Amino acid sequence: MPEIRNFTLNFGPAHPAAHGVLRLILEMDGEVIQRADPHIGLLHRGTEKLAESKIYSQSIGYMDRLDYVSMMCNEHGYILAIEKMLGIQAPIRAQYIRTMFDEVTRILNHLLWIGAHALDVGAMTMFLYAFREREDLMDVYEAVSGARLHASYYRVGGVYRDLPDEMPKYEQNRWNNAADVKRLNGDREGSLLDFLESFTQRFPNYVDEYETLLTDNRIWKQRLVDIGVVSPERAKQLGFTGAMLRGSGVEWDLRKKQPYAAYDRVKFDIPIGTNGDSYDRYLVRIEEMRQSNQIIKQCIDWLRKNPGDVSLDDHKVTMPKRDSVKGDMESLIHHFKLVTEGFCLPEGEAYAAIEHPKGEFGCYIVSDGANKPFRLKIRAPGFAHVSAMDEMTKGHMLADVVTIIGTQDIVFGEVDR
Amino acid sequence: MINTISALQQHLNERLGAKIQRSKIAFDELTIEVKATYFLDVAAQLRDNPLVPFDQLIDLCGVDYLGYGDVEWETKTESFSRGVSENSSARFDFDRTSGSVDYDGKRFAVVVHLLSIPNNLRLRLITFCEDNDFPNVDTLVNVWSSANWYEREAFDLYGILFNDHPDLRRILTDYGFVGHPFRKDFPLIGHVEMRYDEDKQRVVYEPVTIEPRVLTPRIIRDDQRFSAADEVSE
Repeated sequence: MPEIRNFTLNFGPAHPAAHGVLRLILEMDGEVIQRADPHIGLLHRGTEKLAESKIYSQSIGYMDRLDYVSMMCNEHGYILAIEKMLGIQAPIRAQYIRTMFDEVTRILNHLLWIGAHALDVGAMTMFLYAFREREDLMDVYEAVSGARLHASYYRVGGVYRDLPDEMPKYEQNRWNNAADVKRLNGDREGSLLDFLESFTQRFPNYVDEYETLLTDNRIWKQRLVDIGVVSPERAKQLGFTGAMLRGSGVEWDLRKKQPYAAYDRVKFDIPIGTNGDSYDRYLVRIEEMRQSNQIIKQCIDWLRKNPGDVSLDDHKVTMPKRDSVKGDMESLIHHFKLVTEGFCLPEGEAYAAIEHPKGEFGCYIVSDGANKPFRLKIRAPGFAHVSAMDEMTKGHMLADVVTIIGTQDIVFGEVDR
Repeated sequence: MINTISALQQHLNERLGAKIQRSKIAFDELTIEVKATYFLDVAAQLRDNPLVPFDQLIDLCGVDYLGYGDVEWETKTESFSRGVSENSSARFDFDRTSGSVDYDGKRFAVVVHLLSIPNNLRLRLITFCEDNDFPNVDTLVNVWSSANWYEREAFDLYGILFNDHPDLRRILTDYGFVGHPFRKDFPLIGHVEMRYDEDKQRVVYEPVTIEPRVLTPRIIRDDQRFSAADEVSE
């Protein structure tokens, strides 16, 4: 009998567990992975090159489309780099709004992650549960920016507008009768902050539900414990950030270590793992959701008590108010110049990073003093994580590849840019 | 404990001395530039530095400095310029653009962003490739593993070659892609477009049929407000 050794298996790019368009070339010995070669770039749109031909404010919308499950966090990283170079800071109320929406986004991201990860590993219910909560948070996005996904809500020097006083409501139709509508609109009678507050009161119970389903679940533990173990030294070497680094026991969170927005004014803890396996990373992310919930609560309190501007009054950079454009000559000129020419950044280079739900998201801008970036480099956390795929999967079974893709929390919008 | 960038700048100047070509602090960030020949050596020393160990390579990217500071539309402070003269037509032309022919500086830079977790400090390390036609620099894969894919990306997008890289393949562009798309002399619309040919029963590549266009011309305006923000300490 001829001895058959390694054979090659093609995984993806259109595989339901590939989280988008990951193509993996797996070199297998039986069912054990010897080598994994991820082929990425199937979603490469050249965002960075596109940004070079657009004025700064026009690229904010492209940032949403990078990691399309944590939209506002991407915007935040980009906006911070520009604000750093301009030497401006958004008003304090805008900083709190950004903090609150960063955390809303973190929960959104982690909900999608837990849903998809559990679905891949075989727990269907999680996906349905997670999307139930995502719906509420999407409504918050929609109420504030008009879009459920691609918000482009953060602007240089602040945010697009202040929080709305009312939430959009359901209307009676052939699917929802009067009683349904009354129930659905129960939380929506007040302002956006009221709606979000009632969500934060419900949410810890939801997280308990997830934990009931998963944390001590025998199948879940069999699939996750000791899968994809990364030591702290290797995690640093491989450029891991965010939950991937904290799962390995490295205490590092930019929100604490290099605070931006209002993170130095809110109280929260950073969970860290001990074993560096997929199960620890799961526990870390679950706890992050609880902490995010705490941060949102604190922001709601502060925002209720402190009305104020949400955008700088410097109209060389921020848009003047719509009604003043119609009656005031100078506002009209500012508006015209901002739309047709944009603002110029001083010559130089800067890098700004934020703690994105997936890790460190950074923007490196090289400016030659023009109204468009000379070079924009987006540091996507997922890119470094996928690059470690080979090391993490080596020696594991084929089914564990799916777990590892899930635990890395990959979204190809940001990996391929 | 070194925990400010000015202390770090001083420390690195003492430690690396002549290997640092230029070091400056701008926007609260420290940038050091080294010659390509010292790139690997300096990187290894930064990682193994006992006082400030840079244990993470956060990012590595290429930059093409061709046409740096070029504008499509001249601006003057004393009068309005509205695109009436040839030089300021605000129309973008790839044959004419970017002073590409007579650019004599070094085009390709490799920019590395480092992070020291124990000291909570960041550092930017820059090196320029000596040869514009054959840009190459030593690989950092053996210093930081994460450099592997970042270098593949820089090779793919800019054509920068990393000497002794274990696996320097294209990463983001399509299989069989020609050219390095992020180079400044590579047009935004690309060179080829692709369609399915009914007769040949396969996908064919053809020269692009669309025209390049510029919606907002690139301009540089001096803004005195930023003179304070742009303070540089050598």
